[in-house]
Amino acid sequence: MSGNDGRTPSDKKWKYIGTRPIRHDGLDKVTGRAQFGADYALPGMLWGKVLRSPHAHARIRKIDVTAALALDGVKAVITGRDFPNVASEAAEGGEGAGDMADLAMNVIARDKALYHGHAVAAVAATTARIAEEACKRIAVDYEVLKPVLSLDEALAKDAPILHENARATGHEPLPKGPSNVASRREMGRGDVAKGFADADVVVEREFRTPMVHQGYIEPHAVLARTGQDGRAVVWCCTQGAFQVRAYSAKVLGVSTDMIKVIPTEIGGGFGGKTTIYGEPLAILLSRKAGRPVKLVMSREEVFRASGPTSGTHVRVKLGATRDGKLTAGEAVLVYEAGAFKGSPVTAAMMTVFAPYKLANVRIEGWDVVVNKPKVTAYRAPGAPMAALAVETVLDELAEQLGLDPIDLRLENAVHEGVQATYGPKYRAIGFVETLRAAKSHPHYKAPLGPNQGRGVACGFWFNAGMSSSANVSINEDGSAVVVTGNPDIGGSRASMALMAAEELGIPVESVRPVVADTEAIGYTDVTGGSRVTFATGMAVIEAARDVVRQLRARAAQIWSVELDAVGWEDGRAVLLAEEKNGHEPLSLAQLAAKAANTGGPIVGRAALTARGAGPGFATHLCDVEVDRETGAVKVLRYTAVQDAGKAIHPSYVEGQYQGGVAQGIGWALNEEYIFDKSGVMENAGFLDYRMPVASDLPMIDTVIVEVPNPMHPHGVRGVGETPIVPPLAAVTNAVQRAARVKLAELPISPPRLLEAIDRSA
Amino acid sequence: MKIHVHTRVNGEATEFLCTPERSLLEILRDELQLTGTKEGCATGDCGACSVMLDGRLVCACLVLAPEVEGRAIETIEGVAKGDQIHVLQKKFLEHAALQCGICTPGFIIAAKALLERNPDPSEEETRYWLAGNLCRCTGYDKIIHAVLDAAADLRGGAR
Amino acid sequence: MEETRYEAPTTIAQAARLLAEPGARALAGGTDLIVQMRTGRGEPRLFVDVKRIPELASIRLDAKSLWLGAAVPAALVVENRDVARLFPGLAEATDLIGSTQIQGRASVGGNLCNASPAADTVPALIALGAVCVIAGPQGERRVPVESFATAPGKSVLAAGELLVGFELPLPAPRSSDAYLRFIPRTEMDIAVVGAGVSVALDAGGVCTQARVALGAVAPTAILVPAAAAALVGSRGEDEALARAAAAASAAARPIDDKRGTVEYRRKVSGVLTKRAAAAAFERARGARA
Repeated sequence: MSGNDGRTPSDKKWKYIGTRPIRHDGLDKVTGRAQFGADYALPGMLWGKVLRSPHAHARIRKIDVTAALALDGVKAVITGRDFPNVASEAAEGGEGAGDMADLAMNVIARDKALYHGHAVAAVAATTARIAEEACKRIAVDYEVLKPVLSLDEALAKDAPILHENARATGHEPLPKGPSNVASRREMGRGDVAKGFADADVVVEREFRTPMVHQGYIEPHAVLARTGQDGRAVVWCCTQGAFQVRAYSAKVLGVSTDMIKVIPTEIGGGFGGKTTIYGEPLAILLSRKAGRPVKLVMSREEVFRASGPTSGTHVRVKLGATRDGKLTAGEAVLVYEAGAFKGSPVTAAMMTVFAPYKLANVRIEGWDVVVNKPKVTAYRAPGAPMAALAVETVLDELAEQLGLDPIDLRLENAVHEGVQATYGPKYRAIGFVETLRAAKSHPHYKAPLGPNQGRGVACGFWFNAGMSSSANVSINEDGSAVVVTGNPDIGGSRASMALMAAEELGIPVESVRPVVADTEAIGYTDVTGGSRVTFATGMAVIEAARDVVRQLRARAAQIWSVELDAVGWEDGRAVLLAEEKNGHEPLSLAQLAAKAANTGGPIVGRAALTARGAGPGFATHLCDVEVDRETGAVKVLRYTAVQDAGKAIHPSYVEGQYQGGVAQGIGWALNEEYIFDKSGVMENAGFLDYRMPVASDLPMIDTVIVEVPNPMHPHGVRGVGETPIVPPLAAVTNAVQRAARVKLAELPISPPRLLEAIDRSA
Repeated sequence: MKIHVHTRVNGEATEFLCTPERSLLEILRDELQLTGTKEGCATGDCGACSVMLDGRLVCACLVLAPEVEGRAIETIEGVAKGDQIHVLQKKFLEHAALQCGICTPGFIIAAKALLERNPDPSEEETRYWLAGNLCRCTGYDKIIHAVLDAAADLRGGAR
Repeated sequence: MEETRYEAPTTIAQAARLLAEPGARALAGGTDLIVQMRTGRGEPRLFVDVKRIPELASIRLDAKSLWLGAAVPAALVVENRDVARLFPGLAEATDLIGSTQIQGRASVGGNLCNASPAADTVPALIALGAVCVIAGPQGERRVPVESFATAPGKSVLAAGELLVGFELPLPAPRSSDAYLRFIPRTEMDIAVVGAGVSVALDAGGVCTQARVALGAVAPTAILVPAAAAALVGSRGEDEALARAAAAASAAARPIDDKRGTVEYRRKVSGVLTKRAAAAAFERARGARA
């Protein structure tokens, strides 16, 4: 399964991996030719529009669509009644907890609208304007209910209940009867009480963080066409074509062979496009109308009705001895799931103390429903908020103990052989290396001026393996095509080409990477979980090695020798034995030209469930300057150090570090969902949902540490998610030091910071 | 009642029919099939729909279709000249200044407008000029490097 | 469904006649109007595109004033040498509007007519003593810019009336202006507070006249005579600036909204007034007669 050829990755000298070729899809992207989700059109296409609930919490008594159907140009109208009931079962393959019944109810409401923006009906018409007008003519009879808009409200006695029939699951004590607690879990080891008793210093901090959005610039878009036989073809921007197929099939009550999903280029996902929203709606509309249907979310709909991440209330307590050894850790993590159960609190529980050696830990996690959009994965789901609490506690411990913040972490950093707080023993990992690299970086010694402060914070993400398929085929001219099923959100197809080129020994320009649809490649899990370079890369390597074996066999046949006598070097078959017998090496191109006569086309394949994903650790440094009169924060300097195992394409690894940092800075300083009293998001646009713009950020320095993952042939670790884990704490620690305040809530918007400054003065 | 609009797009005489409330962005994408210009927000806050209108950098989502009568529009499709890509396009590729690529057309149009007006912008000037172009993938670092490198190239007479 | 119309008149008279029709809205840059349309605040029945009317599209230096046409895009205002030289505060206020793309379209006239309390150019215009020239069925009338907006989204314009442009009185010798705004990011945000200050100094550097205006802290932008009074007679020393700041904070009547709280806006009103006044003094000292 994992194609380790016995050599440790660090021994090898790489020819192609580690270089920085121009990505294969690059020219199309810089010239505007690349086709993203909304860039497709078909003859006879209709425009879809969704009618959404104006209430955050309401029973749907009746929906009357007759006036909408009567409007000239309207070709189909659907409501929840048009969809089958879906049984409860785990939704596999995405990036987080989920239940198919909940997913189906999120796609279109049944008896209840559970958040402002919840889809209630959908229309297909000949123009977008007509479809909009038709939505206005759908009459919905709502019984408006009181909404639950915060964790406190959800957990209060006599709180309105979202799901009357649901009961809390997990570890006792659990509320009995109907509640908004979806689950409560505990994990731990050792003796926490004794651990704290043994500590010389104990610090406890509590934070509230808001609901925030992944902020991808491309709204969700789908074009669906249903054929006469009922089979649908779907073009959509997604992180996982196979998930779209599987989930849509369940929601529609059809078998997966009735849906073909073609993933388009995707304008960002960050986890938010690992599930489905409009796809089943577009499919059903196209079936009913007998014409293709295009359904694109507006920006406002993306905010109101896709999948942001949880607002949270997190509390962390750590005890340490005078010389900085951690003795015990306790965490209580309460996460919003949105309208349906399934926040990333479990991942948060597993990651919260993962970077540190702790014999005594107790971790409690609550998954709580509220009348807000159902949360979906957002880059290292659950981890940034937990790290915020741990890393600020560590900073405070360092200050109280008079220790350097990096030294405190070095004292307690996990390394190979340590048993993680979430269970397994770490193999070779690079956490210590990132701490050391940060400590010796010039940034760490740079002087600070008045009202300036420096924050240190670390982060961890497990990274996933999961399943991937890959084909590598050799063209008649000796070039290669690498086919995988992972939509490329960050430049991964270049890495696939690099890994294949390395194995085949041909230039990366001769390798064409292709992202295939669900009928052209075997099952493949999402682009997410920082798994593509690792797991799909592994599959590509295995498929390429399969090709190499076949090429060696062809050479053996041509030379009339045993397979064992043939080696593969630098893209050529060579005789390994001393006497070459006049057999010159045969290049891949030469063998390809003879393929038809030596046994037929040369195609390698692999399908695997990857094991041994290497955890990724990071240490970040952030300098800020605070304006004490206005509470404005300026980020002066940022350095992100992270272990990549092996950077296949270093530019795109750096890009992942920088992108995660930027999102984390936005989350720390300015981003938040602001709801009014009735549960309507007040800032559902890029004007008032404030993501960092180019003038808000400095250059983001990156350091790629490489401690190879022994479980991957090239030593790869996933890199995509770890970068967003430290910045919330790095920024918070920096601001706290710069302004000499203690903060308890994100975002650190100017009014909040000014209030903290004035209070402490 | 539809309006018949005559305009020039990327140097070519172009015409279309439209109702007045439609935006230039909708016309470019849905009527003229020039889908290189993207919609990120439709309210002028993200810059993904950046185009040049009579030599001015604007958001196409905030121009009504009938307004372009007799005017000249330049979109991303007009930046490369046949096989010759613009220095900015080359530098974006070399610097890996794109990850998902959805914001890239808007950035290239905006950066080109900057360099045509100011051939030697500082980092700060470049960041402020491009503040109307949102990118969620890159953190802007490599984009700024690409633009400054392209500026240096153009000043050095490389292209 | 209603049919929308679009007209592009070339004279003020034509525009005024069209604007008298029910559901007619003037279209300059569209950066407020089109956004409002797309975010559900209704669609005009008739777009009256005023950009082809020469008076609205021009900037002209006259003997006693600078004429700024209502429909001139912000980018052209910022690039105009006379504006930059004579009214640096107005130039910087205009340069703060939105993004480069927005400035390619948005006009100062539109900024005022939209009547958002947070409009960036309005406090700067007020500080300069700008006068609005309005044309309509009754002919032409003039209104000081601080009286133009009457409430959020509402102005003194009657049906059939059109804002033609602004007369900016040429600055007295040794006078200058400055505008600062506070936003949470570095760009792209609506002002949480805006402060425009103009001062005129005598030969000894003592302030003889001042105007202080605040934006985003009341239903319309407001003149703060008490803050101006604190500056008159001073040389812009810290103590005078502090008194001006206190007067500004006291005059602010802000609301709590998603962009800032009452208390925060009051505080920052003072801070920005102090800083803008300091900048205005600095420029006035350097300004030639």
